[in-house]
Amino acid sequence: MSATVETLEAIERPPVTMGSRLEGELLEVSMGPQHPSTHGVFRMNVALEGEIVRKLKPVFGYLHRNHEKIGENTSYLGSMPYTDRLDYFCSMTNNWAYALSVEKLAGIEVPERAQYLRIILAELTRLQNHASLLGFLLNDMGAWGTPLMYAFREREKILDLFESLSGSRMMCDYMRFGGCRVDADDAWLARARQIVDRFPKFLDEFEELILGNEIVIGRTQNVGKLSADLAISAGITGPMLRACGVNYDVRKVDGYGFYPRFKFRIPLGEHGDTYDRLMMRALEMRESVEILKQALAQIQPGPIVNPKVKIRAFRPPVGEAYGRIEAPKGELGFYLISDGGPNPYRYRVRPPSFINLTVLEDLCLGHTVADVMVILGSVDIVMGEVDR
Amino acid sequence: MESLEQIKDRAETAIPGAKIDIVPNPGPANQPSLLIDNEHAPAIAKFLRDDAALRLDFCSNVTGVDWLDRVAKKTVKVKKVVDGEEKEVNQTTEEKIPGYLEAVYHLYSITHKHGAVIIRMRTEDRAAGARLPSLTPIWRSAEFQEREIYDLYGIRFDGHPDLRRILMWDEFEDHPMRKDYVQPDDFEWEPTPHDDVLARAKQHYTPRPELDGAEKITAGSGDTLKR
Repeated sequence: MSATVETLEAIERPPVTMGSRLEGELLEVSMGPQHPSTHGVFRMNVALEGEIVRKLKPVFGYLHRNHEKIGENTSYLGSMPYTDRLDYFCSMTNNWAYALSVEKLAGIEVPERAQYLRIILAELTRLQNHASLLGFLLNDMGAWGTPLMYAFREREKILDLFESLSGSRMMCDYMRFGGCRVDADDAWLARARQIVDRFPKFLDEFEELILGNEIVIGRTQNVGKLSADLAISAGITGPMLRACGVNYDVRKVDGYGFYPRFKFRIPLGEHGDTYDRLMMRALEMRESVEILKQALAQIQPGPIVNPKVKIRAFRPPVGEAYGRIEAPKGELGFYLISDGGPNPYRYRVRPPSFINLTVLEDLCLGHTVADVMVILGSVDIVMGEVDR
Repeated sequence: MESLEQIKDRAETAIPGAKIDIVPNPGPANQPSLLIDNEHAPAIAKFLRDDAALRLDFCSNVTGVDWLDRVAKKTVKVKKVVDGEEKEVNQTTEEKIPGYLEAVYHLYSITHKHGAVIIRMRTEDRAAGARLPSLTPIWRSAEFQEREIYDLYGIRFDGHPDLRRILMWDEFEDHPMRKDYVQPDDFEWEPTPHDDVLARAKQHYTPRPELDGAEKITAGSGDTLKR
């Protein structure tokens, strides 16, 4: 026993001076993938000078299962349930983006009621995604639990709607090429109207809770500033791009679905910092409520699926198509090449949150480690989509 | 927005020596694309981004496509003299088209809100060291996506600032999105391998007769026992 003590004391240790900084020395830290606030299995190799981030390299691939290769070995319809697993918070918008691309590839028309149902479900998805994102962001900031549970209370109501319509809360698999899978009855629409009408009350409460909060303002304003030029060059899309003041929304630009029929505004940020990104989500939810109110008032009975579309032996003509929609996290696109066979020759997903991570290093440089978590939370990533 | 022919003409006059082909898209989507030559690709990309009328400042999607070697069959009617008579005979010629890897870029303009202009580049062959110029200096959004193409298709992008594997781990050797990729034999060790599992196990482990007790069952071992 005594011998062990002697060896321990014999180890030479550098002298420790209290309160001194390691001037100019970089300490490499691996943040994640088990870190509780990295949002899934995401890792960052960070070089720190004291508490300041001097270098940051994201590491991907822990959830990689080669979704695209599986898509190339499956029939067109067979990939539909698998798109749910991309961004598992927003399966409805994933379904829509894929259905839209295949409809472009094969030239399929979609009936009116199906278009309305798609818009209603996509906007409900946006509501629950943004609400839970704000909850998670506050969770990362140290408001442990309470705001997240406020957000999840609303999210549960919307997931219940999804469940009663499609049979599943998160893995909905609801859209089909040329329409939707099941029709919504009047009781479902009435419940949706009720939830949408009550949603602004939650928003008022939530905005009062977070947006005027001194700690939230202190943690987010002037943190992680992104310039408009860099955002455009780096292909940033969605609320993160609009927080920099760039007016670009695929719903307005492409006018896919029936979006040109609805009146809604595009909220724009001014500074491009974390606070603006947070505000974007809160404001977009209000506009989504507006779209939902109009869509739920206008929807008419009718067929929900194009009867001409073959379900078995579905073979689009030779060609290629790129379809994109404004998913809650940004521009979600599917690029498909058909060689006339039952499987796509090339099946590519353009994941918005993967490309939004391009600027993560630029956002974090010069900030503290604690800010990295807040900035990462405001980018809004889901690893199912980033790693595919 | 101008038609692809106009863009092609203007780009070819602006950049001397540049060669652009229009790749038709026969499907209902009607999204033809521009095939740009590799040598002038960065200059053409810069022109597309900076031209006042185009301003394609937003590179949305970057992806790779693998086209295998294929054989195009052509049937031509040829006049031939058969048994003293002149007859029309179908003659099939086979043309071998060598495979190539392709990188496809979908460009949009945030300034003018138009798009998409699709550009593509092709490598010369499908060999391991297939190369293309990187467009990351023009559009930063290509940074991770070109890394992904390098990882999954094996195209090396010249001029990319940080070309490493991104989704697969660094020690991984093949490129899994290629059409001729062969999956590794995912053999799992079993304590008592038998039959076909044993046959697969033998491919994975070098034989170790000493450990398995093989030397004692040789013909010579009987003699030692007698002594």
